[in-house]
Formats: sequence, structure tokens, C-alpha cells
Amino acid sequence: MSGKTVVLEGPSCPIPIQEYPHILMGHGGGGRLTQMLIEKMFLEAFRNPALEQLHDGAVLDVGGARLAISTDTFVVSPLFFPGGDIGSLSVHGTVNDLAMCGAQPLALTAAFVLEEGLPMDGLWRITRSLQAAAEQAGVRVVTGDTKVVDRGKGDKIFINTTGLGLVAPGVAVSPRNARPGDVVLLSGAIAMHGIAIMSVREGLEFGTTIESDSAALHGLVADVLAAAGPGAVRVLRDPTRGGVASALNEIAAACGAGICLQETAIPVHEQVRGACEILGLDPLYVANEGKCIAIVAPEAAEEALAAMRAHPLGREAAIVGVVTEEHPGQLLLRSRVGGLRVVDMMSGEQLPRIC
Amino acid sequence: MRFVDEFRNEADVQALAQAIGGVVTRPWTLMEICGGQTHTLIKYGLDRLFPEQVTLVHGPGCPVCVTPLELIDRAIAIARRSEVIFTSFGDMLRVPGSSTDLLSVKAQGADVRMLYSPLDALKLARANPDRPVVFFAVGFETTAPANAMAVWQAEKEGLENFSILCSHVLVPPAMEAVLGSPHNRVQGFLAAGHVCAVMGYHEYLPIAEKYRVPVVVTGFEPVDLMQGAHMLLQALEEGRHGVENQYARVVSREGNVPAQRLLREVFEPCDRPWRGIGVIPQSGYALRPKYARFDAGKRFDVDGITATEPAECIAGQILQGLKKPHECTAFGGRCTPEHPLGAPMVSSEGACAAYYHYARVR
Repeated sequence: MSGKTVVLEGPSCPIPIQEYPHILMGHGGGGRLTQMLIEKMFLEAFRNPALEQLHDGAVLDVGGARLAISTDTFVVSPLFFPGGDIGSLSVHGTVNDLAMCGAQPLALTAAFVLEEGLPMDGLWRITRSLQAAAEQAGVRVVTGDTKVVDRGKGDKIFINTTGLGLVAPGVAVSPRNARPGDVVLLSGAIAMHGIAIMSVREGLEFGTTIESDSAALHGLVADVLAAAGPGAVRVLRDPTRGGVASALNEIAAACGAGICLQETAIPVHEQVRGACEILGLDPLYVANEGKCIAIVAPEAAEEALAAMRAHPLGREAAIVGVVTEEHPGQLLLRSRVGGLRVVDMMSGEQLPRIC
Repeated sequence: MRFVDEFRNEADVQALAQAIGGVVTRPWTLMEICGGQTHTLIKYGLDRLFPEQVTLVHGPGCPVCVTPLELIDRAIAIARRSEVIFTSFGDMLRVPGSSTDLLSVKAQGADVRMLYSPLDALKLARANPDRPVVFFAVGFETTAPANAMAVWQAEKEGLENFSILCSHVLVPPAMEAVLGSPHNRVQGFLAAGHVCAVMGYHEYLPIAEKYRVPVVVTGFEPVDLMQGAHMLLQALEEGRHGVENQYARVVSREGNVPAQRLLREVFEPCDRPWRGIGVIPQSGYALRPKYARFDAGKRFDVDGITATEPAECIAGQILQGLKKPHECTAFGGRCTPEHPLGAPMVSSEGACAAYYHYARVR
């Protein structure tokens, strides 16, 4: 938004850099600015068929096996929050990205960027939490890396995890696979992680503790894939940054169909809804770390839903919408009072309102 | 959720839509003053439930949208000073000034922080006695009492490193500006319920009398808006003017008297430019002389900064109900939330943002 002209040497940057001479927080918010950064800069530079899928991870054919690979970096503040911490989160995040490729996770790497002065006991708690989460998820941490940066050059600790997983024969999920008539399933109540983080970061008190939903979803996904049958699960996506709205917008754009949600069907816990009301936030855009969206063939919808609900992490699962021929590429929502509206891709970060 | 779900009930909304259909016999143009109400109307698709004869136009009640360009430039100039901790509600951070916005300035290294309350800025000032802490005091009569409280408290505590960049605006003079315009098309108002919760609605009685218009104090939920519109249309059809109160569960005639007392203690009315509209007499709040040392504009000597609006943006006409967002030639093309020409496209209460985010059904 600056009018200042930036002159770059070498090949010109495809991002409208005159308008964004600097990275903004919104470039990491999971909305339209993030999408622009990925598509116009990184995809442009690294273009290849696997990356072009723009999926949570890449699936590669390696000697007849289909290997899924995914990486994620965790920069959460505070490091400890209700329902989790950066250690367990860095396992869940990458395991879930593998699970959303339809893969069974095999192994993880863990790379730590530590800021000078970080208390050793805090690092130990985080390490133990990461270990416990990996054990619980049935994945081993097989290699890693450690770097220390000067005080003030990092935010206590950043963790990167990369995961490897194996995709079973017959499983083929991709955002491009959704087609009109398919049903949109959500594995449970939304917006818990984002609100849990915000409540401790901002010192907000809602009269009740809202806990993050951080959890590994590969078990739930395996049950859904088995129950739905071959080819019936078209898309899997965990709605993390940018929330359900951004994830479904990306899917609608990738498959070229419309998606229509039913507002009253979307599970949101009462205290989360209350917190969102107070802050002027839309729960559809708030981050989740233990929920998945599954788009499945209509004939397999009930089986998939039953499998989700039978899993401990999917007890509140619901059918929340359908893929449509109308409004190609757009996400719409039938509001609780009967109106129909667009649910747009977030422009930057979601900012609380003045009044 | 009690006190929310009851007012988002589909059957009640549909019944009120039917009732409105039964009342209307002629074309009418209504204005909801508050941008929060505009967003409810568009977000829930309520605007589509009205008969064709009813035109809804959107008012000047978005505090972010009406904050003058020069005040944003002044805020940016203060925020850029290395010693300053600049604080603001989230809404204001994305709004474009002449050449940049507060989020971009933050990205360049300025210490810009988003707060939920001006009282949090006081906490920051206490915790950082060697650094000036400035709060961007934006808003209508709704946010003004908390900002007045922060200044009053700072004075009481002798906090010398706290100040506010005062950008408060008042609703009644804006209503008069709309009604007094030769191009006015508004025949009745849905008044902003939360403003009236603070100020009461007695202020609107002389306006309703002078311009012979009906005003209905209205809440923010779908049922509130439909019921408020029904009351307003009934009054119009029956040729009545005056003030009615749909939002009686929150609003009284006199409002929050202790809050008003605090406002009078700290602020005094002043002439005030509104972005895209121009100066409206006695439509803003300035700090009283007793509290003048808490005025960031003076403290950092930025009052002299002036700015010129981009010519293409018709925000002023939209805020006065003269045009709708999609009637702007730049809407959705040269003006988007990523590349806004004016504040109504980026504010979460802006009419252009409501149309852009919720109503672009292909």
C-alpha cells in the first residue's frame, strides 16, 4: 500500500511489489496475501507438478511406493497454551499434513532454532512434549538440527518438522478431486485453537478456559478412508491458519466447483462462539489444529460420517455443506436466518473490530 | 447463546419480512447509520428480504471510514518515531493513509501494537516509563467513554508518557449533515443502538422534529434490524415522525449518565473533518484544556500534516447514502481489500467491504 517505488536488480518479482515492499503479518495469515506470496513467488520459482497440486504435502512415486512428504514450521506464542504447547503442536501439525494426503505417517525430522537465553527447563518441557506426542502418534523422530541465534534475533524457539508417510494403494485425495454433488464433512467444533491462543496471548478472560484442539488426525483419517471405500474420499484438508473459510475457498478454487455451507450445521462450542462475538471475529476464519474437512462422494457420506463420529477426535463431526455446480470457484454460506452470502478468502489477518 | 440466538431466528426474520411486505405501499429510502448494521444486513442476506420499493442506503457510522486521511498520516508520523509505542484498535491498522498504512509501518520496524482497550495502553505506559505510549482514540460515542477514562486515569496517576491521538466523531451532527444535504434521499433512520446505549436517544428528538423524519433506535442482530425496519416503515407509511426505540433491552431515553459525565469532563465538542465528507460543525471531540497535555497531536507536533484524498474514491458519497458500493466504477477492480482506494473497503464496518466480502455472488 506504499506508493514508494522499489527498484530491484535481476529478474523482476511477480508480486506487485510496489504495493508490498515489505512482508506483512498478513502474508502468513493463511488468506489472500499468503496465497499471493505462494503462487506468485514460490510456485513461480520452484514450479513442478507435485508443487502445483498446492496440497498440504506432496505425494511422490518412489520405486513403486507412494511416499508423502510435508514440512511445517511452528512459531507459536506463547509456547505453552491451554490444551498444548509448541512441542506437541509441531508433531500434530506435520502428522496432520501427511494425513491430509491420505498417508500413514512413518517418521519425522525436528529442527530447532533456539534464541540465546532460552531457559533450559522450558526447552526440556517442550522436548518431552514433542516426544510424547510423537510416541502417541506412532511416529519416530529420526533426525534433526539445532541452531542458536543471538538474543533478539528469534522469538525464544522455532521448530520445524518434516514428515514422511506412505499412501496406501487406491487412496487419491486432492483439492482438485471435488465434484458437484459431493458432501462436505467437518470432524468437529471449529475455532478452538485460535481462540485458546488469543485468550492467553492477549490476557483475555472469558470466564472459562478454552482449550486448543491440537491433536494428530491420521487415525481418524484412516478410519474414514476405510469406511468410505476406494475413491470415495475426494479431498482431505486440515483447516489451520485461515480456518475453515480459507481451506474451503482454496478447495473451491482448485476444483472449479462451488461449495455451499449450512451455517446452522457448523459445530462451534458455545464459549468459542461467545469469545468470537466479543472480539468481532468470524469463527470460520479462526485456526484449528485438530480438525479435518473431508469431501466425500454422496453415496459414502453417511459411512464416512459414522466413522468420524466413532473416533474419539470426531465425536462432534457433522455434514456441513455440499459441492455445487453453481457459483464455480466460490464458497457460499446459507445463513441461519435463511440468507445466502459469500464467504470470501481473508484479505490479511483477521483484526478485531473497534465496536 | 442467550441474547444472541433469539435474535438470529429464521422464523422471526421471515415473519418480519412478511410483515414489512404487508406494510409497504410506496417507495421508501432508509438509512442504517452504523456500519455494524450494514454488515449484518449484507452478511445475513437481509437486504434481499425487503420489497423492491424499499431502498437501503448505508450511513456514515463507520469510525474507521470517516477518520480523516491526515489523521492517519499523523498517526503514521508518530508511530514512525523510534521512541514511541503506538497503540490502536485492530481496525485502524490496515486503513490506507496517503502513502502507507500502520501495518506496513510496523513491518518496517515501528513499534505498533494492537490493543483491545485504551486501558491496556495505560498499562504499557506504566511498564515503559522511558517511552511515550500513544493510543489512537478512534470511534463514535461508543468507544469515547473508555478513552475518556484512560485520559482521566492518566491525569489522576500523573502518567506523563501517555497520550491519545483524538479522532472521535459524534452521530447527531452527521445525521443533520445527511438530512441537510440538497442531494439527500434518506426518509428515515435506523439509529445505532450502541451509540444510544451511551448517549440515550433524547438527542435525536430535535432532529426528528426539525426534519420531520422518523428515527428508530435499532440493535445489531438480524431480528433487531428487521423489526427496526418494520417500525420505521410503519411510521413512514402512517406519516409519523419522531423517535422510537426497538432496542429497549439495552437503550433508555437518557442513556448511561455516568459515562456522559466522564465524556463532558474530558472532552469538548469541536468542528471535525470527516473523511470523504468534509467538515461537520461540532461533530467531534477534542480534549478539554485541562487535559490538553495528553493530546498526541500537539505533543509530537503533527497537527500541521495535511493530506489530499485520491480523486477516484467516492467513499464520501457512499457514507452519505448517495451511492452504493457497487455503483462505484473502481469497486472490486481498482479498489479491493488488498489495494484499497478508500477506508470503506478495508474497515470491518465499511459498506464497500460488506459488499465485497459477502455479496459478490457469481
